[in-house]
Amino acid sequence: MNVHALTARLRGQIPLLVTAVLLVSMFGVGSVQYDGFFSGQVVLNLLIDNAFLLVVAVGMTFVVLTGGIDLSVGAVVALSTMVSAWLVERHGWPPLLVIPLVLLMGTAGGWLMGWIIHVFEIQPFIVTLAGMFLARGLCYTISIESISITDPQYTAMAQTRIPLGSLFVSPSALIALLVVAAGFVVLHHTRLGRNVYALGGSEQSALLMGLPVQRTRTTVYAISGFCSALGGVLLTFYMLSGYGLHAVGLELDAIAAVVIGGTLLTGGSGYLLGTLLGVLVLGLIQTVISFQGTLSSWWTRIVIGALLFVFIVLQRLITGRRR
Amino acid sequence: MSTTPAADRAGAVKAVTRNRLFWPAAVLAVLLVANLAFTPDFFAVRLQGGHLYGSLIDILHFGAPLILVSLGMTLVIATGGIDLSVGSTVAIAGALACLHISESTDPGGLGTVLTALGIALGAAVLLGAVNGLLVARAGVQPIIATLILMVAGRGVAQLITDGQIITVTSDPYKLIGGGYWLTVPFAVLLAAAVVLAAVLLTRSTALGLLLESVGGNPVASRLVGIRATRLIALVYVFSALCAALAGLMVSSNVSAADGNNAGLWIELDAILAVVLGGTSLNGGRFSIGGTVLGALIIQTLATTVYTIGVPPETTLVFKAFVVIAVCLVQSPVFRAKLAARGSRVRRTTDRPYVAAPTDREVGA
Amino acid sequence: MRQQPVLEVRGIRKEFPGVVALDGVDFRLFPGEVHALMGENGAGKSTLIKVLTGVHRADGGEVLLAGRPVRIGGPLEAQQAGISTVYQEVNLCPNLSVAENIFIGREPRRFGLVDWAAMRRRAAELVRELDLDVDVSAPLGSCSIAVQQLVAIVRAVAVSAKVLILDEPTSSLDRDEVQRLFAVMRRLRDQGVAILFVSHFLDQIYEICDRTTVLRNGRLEGEYLTAELDRMELVSRMIGAELAGLDQLGGGKRRERTAPAGPAFLQADGLTRRGAVEPYELDIRPGEVIGLAGLLGSGRTEAARLLFGADRSDGGTLRIDGAVTALRGPRDAIARGIAFCSENRKTEGLIGDLTVRENIVLALQASRGWTRPLSRTAQDAYALRWIRALDIRPGNPEAPVRNLSGGNQQKVLLARWLITDPKLLILDEPTRGIDVGAKAEIQKLVAGLAEDGMAVLFISAELEEVLRLSHRVGVLRDHRMVARLDNDGELTPEHVMATIASGAHP
Repeated sequence: MNVHALTARLRGQIPLLVTAVLLVSMFGVGSVQYDGFFSGQVVLNLLIDNAFLLVVAVGMTFVVLTGGIDLSVGAVVALSTMVSAWLVERHGWPPLLVIPLVLLMGTAGGWLMGWIIHVFEIQPFIVTLAGMFLARGLCYTISIESISITDPQYTAMAQTRIPLGSLFVSPSALIALLVVAAGFVVLHHTRLGRNVYALGGSEQSALLMGLPVQRTRTTVYAISGFCSALGGVLLTFYMLSGYGLHAVGLELDAIAAVVIGGTLLTGGSGYLLGTLLGVLVLGLIQTVISFQGTLSSWWTRIVIGALLFVFIVLQRLITGRRR
Repeated sequence: MSTTPAADRAGAVKAVTRNRLFWPAAVLAVLLVANLAFTPDFFAVRLQGGHLYGSLIDILHFGAPLILVSLGMTLVIATGGIDLSVGSTVAIAGALACLHISESTDPGGLGTVLTALGIALGAAVLLGAVNGLLVARAGVQPIIATLILMVAGRGVAQLITDGQIITVTSDPYKLIGGGYWLTVPFAVLLAAAVVLAAVLLTRSTALGLLLESVGGNPVASRLVGIRATRLIALVYVFSALCAALAGLMVSSNVSAADGNNAGLWIELDAILAVVLGGTSLNGGRFSIGGTVLGALIIQTLATTVYTIGVPPETTLVFKAFVVIAVCLVQSPVFRAKLAARGSRVRRTTDRPYVAAPTDREVGA
Repeated sequence: MRQQPVLEVRGIRKEFPGVVALDGVDFRLFPGEVHALMGENGAGKSTLIKVLTGVHRADGGEVLLAGRPVRIGGPLEAQQAGISTVYQEVNLCPNLSVAENIFIGREPRRFGLVDWAAMRRRAAELVRELDLDVDVSAPLGSCSIAVQQLVAIVRAVAVSAKVLILDEPTSSLDRDEVQRLFAVMRRLRDQGVAILFVSHFLDQIYEICDRTTVLRNGRLEGEYLTAELDRMELVSRMIGAELAGLDQLGGGKRRERTAPAGPAFLQADGLTRRGAVEPYELDIRPGEVIGLAGLLGSGRTEAARLLFGADRSDGGTLRIDGAVTALRGPRDAIARGIAFCSENRKTEGLIGDLTVRENIVLALQASRGWTRPLSRTAQDAYALRWIRALDIRPGNPEAPVRNLSGGNQQKVLLARWLITDPKLLILDEPTRGIDVGAKAEIQKLVAGLAEDGMAVLFISAELEEVLRLSHRVGVLRDHRMVARLDNDGELTPEHVMATIASGAHP
């Protein structure tokens, strides 16, 4: 019985272990193959370059854990960059007002989608698809063109380097890590977090156990909306522009990171730290390909697709046996 | 028993509005008529140099790839599935065909073009089979199974084109998407032929009935002995084939293959077209005619937005509202709530028929 | 003299469209008792439980907790009021640990965060109090169903339940597991918890329950001290005597039922499936009607599903036309001439979206494959012929089948299988929930089919009906086939009831 329980517990963590091994071996192979690969800065750059993806993936983890999916994240990121750039540049609003406003917008949008999904029992993917259309469309009603940002506070955020010994990170990377930490605490140490897992495990049970299913679901999409908006803010720092074509396909990267991080797409099982590993794997793939030099960027997509395939089949094997 | 002419007329009106195709057709008609306000000669079709020209022809011509993709999507959705990978398949098919033609010594030769088509369609069968096996055999949720190819497929398409845009000059190939035949754009004829073939395939064989059965009630379908695995795998292959044909059309029309942008977001438009056409995302009853109307609505919308000078990208906002509206209308919960509110306000006994959830358990 | 009931239901009424599920039912539950709630399909047990747990809102009557009227708005409110429920399909989260399942929604917290150590400690204490040996940090999904049931009870008790509702917790447990559950139930009873127990196993009722309430067709049939309730009495209370429509087969007396001679079409030898039905023997000859009698949950449906390949057997042999056959699925069975009408018309029978015509031709079409379609003319001919033959109303073959009444839907299902011209027709509760007229028509049809040489396996909860149609009757009880009786004219419903009640033919 105890052996059985132990194997069951381990089985749930196979994808996570695979990801960890993958990450370490990719880094190992990269270090052996390429000069200058084995450095702390390469690792930190992974965080700096993928800060916005990390934040978005944290929100996606919440949604996927409930068994849902949020296709609107990329579009919400783009809309956030657009609204920020537009208000700051065209209307001269102070960033300290614009940023909270953008975050509020994202949260409210997510909440609304969650509400529609729950109350009208419509599939999450179609509702968030509509959210995606809406957010992208709204970008273009603001402007078809990219709006670049010259505001000193934004450029400061873009250029600031926080020294870490001889290395450095960007403020965005720190914010992203902070979000991961906050997400971890919420998911693993609060009632909300545990309700998220319960909902993903069995909605019917959650309902009968008297858990606040509707509140949990709307909150989860609101969190995803918030994270997307924050990801948009970070991307604005990174790109110093707002553009309707920013973050195209980001939802796929975020979903891939979550899956590679060992979260079951059917919900109920997964870890936030796994998502961190997943984002690092995605970043590392790009780093390796850029170090290689002869490989073209599209290999990133193909490798991510292949990883997705492996992990989804792996998940299927694991959950299939559990039944 | 005799009825008054008025009652007869009311009955006839009811029969027409109850028809599954009434609402999509009405929306399309309204959209078309609305265009007259901006473009007085919107309905004009003229013959010039042996080719038909006009806004209506354009809508059909540019809508042909979407019609094809939506057609495949309809059958997938009828089984309760979804195929997100069609956009990638569009890109891959175009890329493979153009690559073959561009590398050939005789790009204008009929043999070369036919081989290119064979390669593209063969690849589509393979891609569809992968989706089909993942869904039907391995039991992966359709949205997830096809997500894999959606992500990887774009990379594969770019790999094929080496990140470039491959341009081809081949008259036979140009015909598929850009040519005319009997004064009509060949693409329109091709799409019409495929739609017709699909209607025949589903309605004059038992395929349609069995698909609707599998999508409508998988448990009962198993108990009447329907082999769902094969059928489901089959529709994903069909969907990929339709997408590949659309890919050939798109690349042929511009005489180039763009691995990055060909068929981008077409899966979303296709899903939208299917839903607009009255096929429920929950599977079951499907309507190919409705899907064609749905695709034409989307294409007309794009044309309209373009002619009235609004940035074309803002069509997305319209689409967002349309998706939500259609899904709400299809949602049994929403209809029940609406009906409850209506009857509370009107306090009449004449309540509209609402598809109540059928799984309500009574007694035991 | 007894104390005040902790839970009392007075004149409760609940209607669903077209059905009165509960009609003025009274029910009392005292602290420190185990109380059985008994009834067949449609008796109203589930509805009553759902009213008590706030899943359904009653249309009339009142619920009193400790003498005070309460309104229960949902599962959460029910729990807060001290009513906890454990369902047959464990309604916990398999992905969470045992400890979390016990505490979720009420986790011990420190500084606003979940206090994992305290949760595990307290869960372990609770589990130990009930003498269970469970690793509370293991994921629930890794535990056996029995342990999951017990964990669900621990959770219910931890909410400090005054009333514990156990809805068929034992249906998939083995003997030892049931004893473990009973030990826990006795301990809780002695602590003063009132337990409402639903089970289809008569032995279990007599072993553990102090009192028994019987419901039938949404009405209260009676409340009894279990020790004073004769088993025969209990069974007849549950099944009742449906006399309406009895004479419609003509003559008031059932016809001569001489079993046809000849080799068996189908023969089951020790066929079994774990947790569903114990090994059983059965043979059916062409032209013969075999009845399966037994209470709900006795294994009658499960036994039939094995013959159709709807579930796979994990023991025993099945011979069809003398040849040993392993059915890999319904398709295999259909190819060999077996047809099965499920008791769940909506979920396992009809395709609600499709028309009457399409539903009728579906099985035949499925066996032909999609490449060999029935022509529309043929489809219309089939549909019209059977609509007329069975008097399906409305008689429009293009009406969506979901709009038909239960009886007409059942006829559509019958038509679906009859056009496949089966050699064996399995009918699981074909007359349940349909009106008397349709019921008599279906009975007449079955009798006629058998006369024409079809073998029929007829499952019904109504003994009169089973006896009127069958040549022989298999009696099931607690997942076992306890008797096979010849319907020789001497066999009465009382005999069968006695067999169901005692487990042996008297």
